Order: sequence, then structure tokens, then C-alpha cells
Amino acid sequence: MRDASPAKTYALHVGVIALLFVLNFILPDYHQGLFARIMALAVFATGYNLLFGYVGLLSLGHAMFFSAGLYGAGLTVYHLGWGVPEAFVAGVACGALLALVIGLLALRTSGVAFMIVTMMFAQVFYLLILYFAAWTGGDQGLVIQQASRVISIGGASLDLTNPAVRYMSALALFSVVLLVTLAVVRSRFGRVLVAIRENEERTKMLGYDTVANKLAAVVTSGAICAASGAAYALLFGYIGSSFASVQYSILPLLWVLLGGAATTLGPLVGTLFMYYVTDITSGFTSAYLLIVGVALILLVLFAPKGILGSIRQRWLGWLP
Amino acid sequence: MADKNGFFDLSKTTLSRRTALKGLAAGAGLALAPGFVRYSQAQSSAPIKIGFQLHRTGIGAAYGRWYDKTSAAAVKAINDAGGINGRKVELVIEDDGTDPARGAEVVGKFATQHKTDIVFGTLFSHVVIGSAPAAGENKIPYFVVSEGHHVASTKLNRYVFQPGITDVKSQIQSMAPWIAANAGKKVTQIFPDFAFGYDHRDYLPPALKAQGADVIAQIAIPPTESSFTKYFPQIPAETEVIYHVMVGPAVLTFVKELGEFYGSQRPQLFGFMDSLEAVDINSPGLEFLDGSHFWEGSPRYAQADDSAAQKAYRAAVGIDDNGAAVGDPKDISTASHMFGCWETLYVVKKAMEDAGYKGPEDRAKLVEATEALKEFAEGPEHPQGPKSFNGKIHQCFGIQNISKVEGGKLKVVHKTKIEDGLYEPEGDYTTQAL
Repeated sequence: MRDASPAKTYALHVGVIALLFVLNFILPDYHQGLFARIMALAVFATGYNLLFGYVGLLSLGHAMFFSAGLYGAGLTVYHLGWGVPEAFVAGVACGALLALVIGLLALRTSGVAFMIVTMMFAQVFYLLILYFAAWTGGDQGLVIQQASRVISIGGASLDLTNPAVRYMSALALFSVVLLVTLAVVRSRFGRVLVAIRENEERTKMLGYDTVANKLAAVVTSGAICAASGAAYALLFGYIGSSFASVQYSILPLLWVLLGGAATTLGPLVGTLFMYYVTDITSGFTSAYLLIVGVALILLVLFAPKGILGSIRQRWLGWLP
Repeated sequence: MADKNGFFDLSKTTLSRRTALKGLAAGAGLALAPGFVRYSQAQSSAPIKIGFQLHRTGIGAAYGRWYDKTSAAAVKAINDAGGINGRKVELVIEDDGTDPARGAEVVGKFATQHKTDIVFGTLFSHVVIGSAPAAGENKIPYFVVSEGHHVASTKLNRYVFQPGITDVKSQIQSMAPWIAANAGKKVTQIFPDFAFGYDHRDYLPPALKAQGADVIAQIAIPPTESSFTKYFPQIPAETEVIYHVMVGPAVLTFVKELGEFYGSQRPQLFGFMDSLEAVDINSPGLEFLDGSHFWEGSPRYAQADDSAAQKAYRAAVGIDDNGAAVGDPKDISTASHMFGCWETLYVVKKAMEDAGYKGPEDRAKLVEATEALKEFAEGPEHPQGPKSFNGKIHQCFGIQNISKVEGGKLKVVHKTKIEDGLYEPEGDYTTQAL
């Protein structure tokens, strides 16, 4: 990385956040709603990227962290009548705790074995959701009623079903996660993670506890993905087992690969790109997934580092 | 961050500046092209736009194809007869991929981009449940043809209706008197271990109990299972009726293995047609079903006593006497469900006419007009049979068919009454604000 002044880097990120803020007032209704979804899911991709991009650990089980947040928040609202903030915290806590347990077990492996172990745990999590259908709603899922998705602060109330409030809530979460991720990857901890990715043995030899660092990364990644899941449940009002299926473990990987692994803004770019390719092409043909597939293949062939990864390689070496 | 070892470099191919620019330009063009076109508000003379949320891809695609054909036929019939309130009807189709997240996006797209008057369609319960919040938030009436109990459970919202197909709780309850009187009193249930199976698991035992019969065993089969022989020893020897509702590709293996297990001495078999929708009843391996009985929503095979309305409906939709597409005997329809699309569109027509519907500003009126509907008489608009409608739970109730597999065809041997499927309402949508 060609080092850039922190001001330049932070200006870029704050600029992106400001652009997203302005878009709320410009975008047509449909795209405003779609952007809210994309930002909520870009948080998921950002969490995934922290582990995959910076530590080099390819997990195929991150749907469990996303859905831990989704169910942690959704079920506490649905069954216990919790308010939105408490439910959100519960969702993040569920994801972090699950990530700690899974991390302790899965980090005993590496490489392909890590992929398989994480995928198996995610499958167990998915089947548990189906097994406890009496509480989770199983494959049909549950609806979080509109009345339960209102934040009351003092006399004021914020209705998360209002498109502008929803957009701003998703943006707030995305912004916090983006800036935290940026701070993390620029920190000493972040550099140790990259060192582990590049050469774990050498990092260990230099005196770093690589297992502890990797575990911290898994927990941080899990917590961020859970925050995305919790936000998704509370913003869009539906929880269902399809969010825990293997598809939702693959999706963040694709978003990150598309946008650029180990770039802080890549997850947003990848999610945005894939969403719009799907949305636009599905208007023309039922074979839109074929087009998405071709787009992915072209990207791998011609921009193997993803969109931002390629831009960084060619022009903007300072991109974090 | 540095990537000295090329960790992410999947091909090591470098990107030329020209290629990258071309790609960026293409991407920008794609992003700015049709998706961002603003759609103008429908004028009073403009067509009534019905957003059709369709399972065009994904696990529900076989249903989707026939939902598409049936709805197109119904819209043609409505338009040929003058449309709705003198305006033509236009279907705007979006694929939900049989996925709840995409389903919700599609409902939002209809409401905010296509600016359709209502949203209609879709079958799979998880897609309906996942999409319902988007319909409620956008305050756009959402007419589903799903047969799930979710609408009638009053767990969704005031904008969701199911007026053209009965729900599974009602269907199961309607079957119990016939099973107890004709098939046997000791019933073993075999069902898939997910929500579709749970409806049968939960609603059949009390319905049979009321008829003096009992469920003596319930065997839930995990969705990942591909062989079933190991479950069959769990069927109690005194079983008189096996009630089976396996669905998906595994059903052929299930029936074949059940046949191998029992040979020629088998209990009575009773199933739900959901297992074999779009599947030829004469497929190899299904011979064991000969002589068994099935629930059918609307009969797949033409019956000797079909009404003129039923005949006209079949002709309009394009299915032959065997329930296959005219001209393609291998393209089997989803007759037990797709009639619901036809009937729902006629309910929409009636409700829009009652409400004097002019445009999206009248959506609340349309909701109230739909809730005020009570009965639908059998006829060209309701060829499956007469129905009653409960505006408090947004659900219709109708007759069901019990058919016997005979000589490679399904022959209706009993039709239930509307009253057989009625149950106490579990809530009241009309108390919710519009």
C-alpha cells in the first residue's frame, strides 16, 4: 500500500457517506428503498470482508452470523415484545457470542477445512431454525408487525417503516460500520491481520498471537454481520430460514469479490453492482441469473481483484 | 492494504486501461438505462395495472408457469368483456425468484416504480409472508393465491387478501369427515418436516377427532431425506389409512419405496395433490397410487359432470381433458391451485367496481370494498365452485374435491360442502388502521 495521509482516506469515506446522505433526497422512491436494503446488506459484506479480505479466512458459513442477528433481534421483538434498540443489541450480541464459539472451534482448522467446518456449522444453524419452527416460524418465517418497528425516544418516535427513516437508519449503521472498519484496518490490529494473511508463520515468529488475533477478527466479523441481520429484520419486518441458507453464505463472498476484497468500500460497491445487475436484467429475461453469472466470470477474468481492487492496483494505490 | 502474494489475484491477468474504461462505461450505461426511468401516474383512461408477482424462477417455477398462463387467460377474458370500470387491465410481471427477500423487493417495485394499482399472485408461503410487510408499508392491496393459512391467521396485515383459493387449514378440516367415514378410523400421517407438513400435523388430528377417528402416528421426514424405507417400520401395524403429503422431487422415490414396503397388501392411502402438481400421475413408480385417494382443489382431469363454466375455463386456460397443456401432453398443469388466479382476478374486478376504483388514491376504498364481499356464486368467474368470503380474516372458503386414482386418471368421488371447511376466526384485520 502506498501510504496516504489519513485526511485523504477519511475524506474519501466521509465523502461517500455524504453522497449516500444526499441520494436520500434525490433517488426515486423505488431506488431509495433499494439503496436502504443495499446499505443494510453492504454491512454484511463489510463484516465478511474483514475476515476474508484482511485475514484471508474464507468462511462459507457467514449466513449463520447474519441470521443470528436477524433472529436475535426478530425473535425478541416477536416473542418478548422488546423495543427496537434492545432487540438490535440482542441481535449483535447473539452474533458475537456465536462467532466466539464457532471461532474457537473452527480456527483449529485452516484453508479448505475452515471452509467446510464453517459451512457445516451454518448448516446446523439452518436446520436448528427449521427444527424449532414453533418459535422461529421455520421456513415460512415470521412477520415483525409495523407497530413493533417504532423507536420511541422520550416523546418522539421514529417509524422504521417510513422510507426516509429506514434509509437514514441503514445509512447510519453503514456509516458507523464503514468508519469502524476503516479504523480497524488502519490500526495495529488490522496490520497484524494482514500479516497473518500474507504469512502466518512469520507473524507468529515475530511474537504475535495469531490465534487470538484471528479469533478477535472472527468475533468482530460475526458481530458486524449480525448487526446487518438485526437491522434487516427491524427495517424490513421479516425473518425467515432462507436467510440462514447456504445462499446467504455465498452472497457476501460474491459481493466482496465483485467490489474488491480487502478494500473498505469494495463491499458496498459489490453489493450495489450485483443488486442492480439483478434488478435491471430481471426486467428483460427470466435468465437473469445467467447474466449475473456471466458478469461474475468476466470480472474474474478481466478484473480478478474486483472493481475497487483493480482501481487500486491501477490508479489509486492509497485506497484502504 | 498490500497484496504482495497476489492472494486475491485469481488469474494474474492484468487489466488494461481501455478494457477497464469500456467496462465502466458499460456499467454506467446499464445503471442509468431502464431502471431509472420514472413512470408517470396512470390516467383514468389508462389501463388498470396489476403487479403480478410471479415464481418465474426458483423452486416454484412449475407453478409460476401455470399461474402466468391462467392469469393471462383471465385478463384476456376480462378485457374482452370490457375490462374493469371501463378500463383495460394490464399485468406487469416481476419474478420473485421464489425467494422472500426478492419477493418483498418486487412488491416495493410495483408500488414505487411501476406504480401498479395492486399486487397479485404468488404461491409459496414464505414469499407471501416475506412480502406482506412491504405491501402493508406501501399501503398497496396484495391479493395472493397461496393456500397457506398465513392470511387467515391474521398475522399479516390489512392489505393482504386471499379471496380466490381456500387455505390449507380449511382444506384439511374438510377432508376429515370423508376419511373417517370411508377410508378408516386409524390414521398414520407422513409429512415433510417443515412448515407445509406442520399444517397437516397440527390441523388433521383435531379434525379427525371430531369425526370419531384418530391419528395414531405422525412421522416427520427431514427435508434433506432422499430415501424413506427406514421410516416405514414406524407405521403402526393397525394403521387403516396412510395420510401422506410429501412434496418435491422425492415424492416419486417415496411412493416407489412405499410400494416396495407394502406390496399388494396396503392400508388405504390418502394424499394431497400438492405432492403431484405438474407431475404426470402415470409416471413410472407411481403405479402404487392406483386406487388411492387425493385432495384436489380443482380437478386435473375433465369430469363427466363438469359445468359449462368449468369447460369454458379449461378451454380459456388451455388445458386438455387430462389436465395437460393443449398440444403438449407432457406439460401437466397445476390444476389444484391455478384456478385461484382466475377467480382472484374476478374478485379484484368485483371489488374495484364496488369501490368505484379510479386509481391508487382509492386503494383504501378497495380494501374496504373487498372486506365487504360475502359470497361468490359458481359460474364463469368462479368455475371451481361457490365460495363464501370472511372479510375479517381476508380468506375465502369453498368446496373441495376428493378424487380416486382409477385407470391412470383422477376421478372425483366426493365434493365437500363449504361448511365443512369453516372454522372460528383467529382475529380481525378490519380493526387495523388503513
